[in-house]
Amino acid sequence: MGKIKVHRTSPSLDMTPMVDLAFLLVTFFMLTTKFAPEEPVAVDMPSSTSEIRLPDTDILTITISKTGAVFFNMDGNYTRATLLRKMGAKYGVEFTPEETARFALLPSFGLPMNALKGYLDLSPDERKQVTNQPGIPCDSVHNELQDWIVMSRISNPKLRIAVKGDGSANYPAVKDVIKTLVDRKVNRFNLITNLERTAKD
Amino acid sequence: MSEVQQQGGGGKGDGKVRSKKSSTRIDMTPMVDLAFLLLTFFMLTTTFNKPQTMEIIMPEKPKEEEDQPLVNEKKVVTLLLSKDDKIYYYQGITDPTVEVTNFSKDGIRKILLDYNAAIKDMTVLIKPADDSRYKNVVDILDEMNITNIKRYAIVDITPVDKNLIKKKDGGETATK
Repeated sequence: MGKIKVHRTSPSLDMTPMVDLAFLLVTFFMLTTKFAPEEPVAVDMPSSTSEIRLPDTDILTITISKTGAVFFNMDGNYTRATLLRKMGAKYGVEFTPEETARFALLPSFGLPMNALKGYLDLSPDERKQVTNQPGIPCDSVHNELQDWIVMSRISNPKLRIAVKGDGSANYPAVKDVIKTLVDRKVNRFNLITNLERTAKD
Repeated sequence: MSEVQQQGGGGKGDGKVRSKKSSTRIDMTPMVDLAFLLLTFFMLTTTFNKPQTMEIIMPEKPKEEEDQPLVNEKKVVTLLLSKDDKIYYYQGITDPTVEVTNFSKDGIRKILLDYNAAIKDMTVLIKPADDSRYKNVVDILDEMNITNIKRYAIVDITPVDKNLIKKKDGGETATK
């Protein structure tokens, strides 16, 4: 019919460089991504101009929620198991090996010792349902936080202590935590903050 | 990668059997789809901002009977952090004149810089009141960092300071 046939191969372009780049980026992001564990409370940290980065390991995080509840978290699965055994021995709570293993993988928690065992017996899905953890007691009458701090420092002497407070938490809650730390001779600790946006000032 | 160049190598009529041009081509579209899907996923889930930290050193608990270093009260500036992001500040300890400011750039920062220039070896006492928020404490520590003040301490608020705030607030509403 005299029609000009379009060349078959011409519309397919060479995708190779694009694919190369895509896979390079995929590999990069896959290797750099670290999934943050799900925290029981959302904390809106205040911002500061400080530019010291928080180290990745040997960190004990004390979280203070908006309502003033205190949460405890420590990294290192092995040291956590040791810590739980020591705390159990002190408070006379017996933990089974399964419970210890679960505790080692737990994100931060805010429960008094007598409620911890029951919490560890829950299934992971049930644990997610527990949204209003009361916080670790840390007032002058009944202070479990100081025992957690002492025991975790025994379990891991290299530990650095970081306080992660919600910006709108009332100061007395923070004061209790700081007082507990100073009482336990922890005079040097870190306050976790966000980086201040420079556009602000 | 998957495209093999068929040209070149050997003369034209050497009678070698050549594979067809299109046979070596693989349809890469599904692979590319997958690659971009993963790329998008990882890009969206990655957070690059690692939290910053602020190091703070609290004074050691004084042992009993141990004499504390004496400070010239003229060199002491006290900041009282109160509710609604207000800062009450005064210099000296006996019968101070209390002023109010806020956390803005022209507020506390300017005052601190002025004090720092005027007073040699100034000591700043930060006293967060019970109705102040944690953010205020971090902000004021940050200001200490910015204004390069090295001698400061976080101290518990005393009833005297609470009265000063009350007096200042009372005086302000009366003049209005």
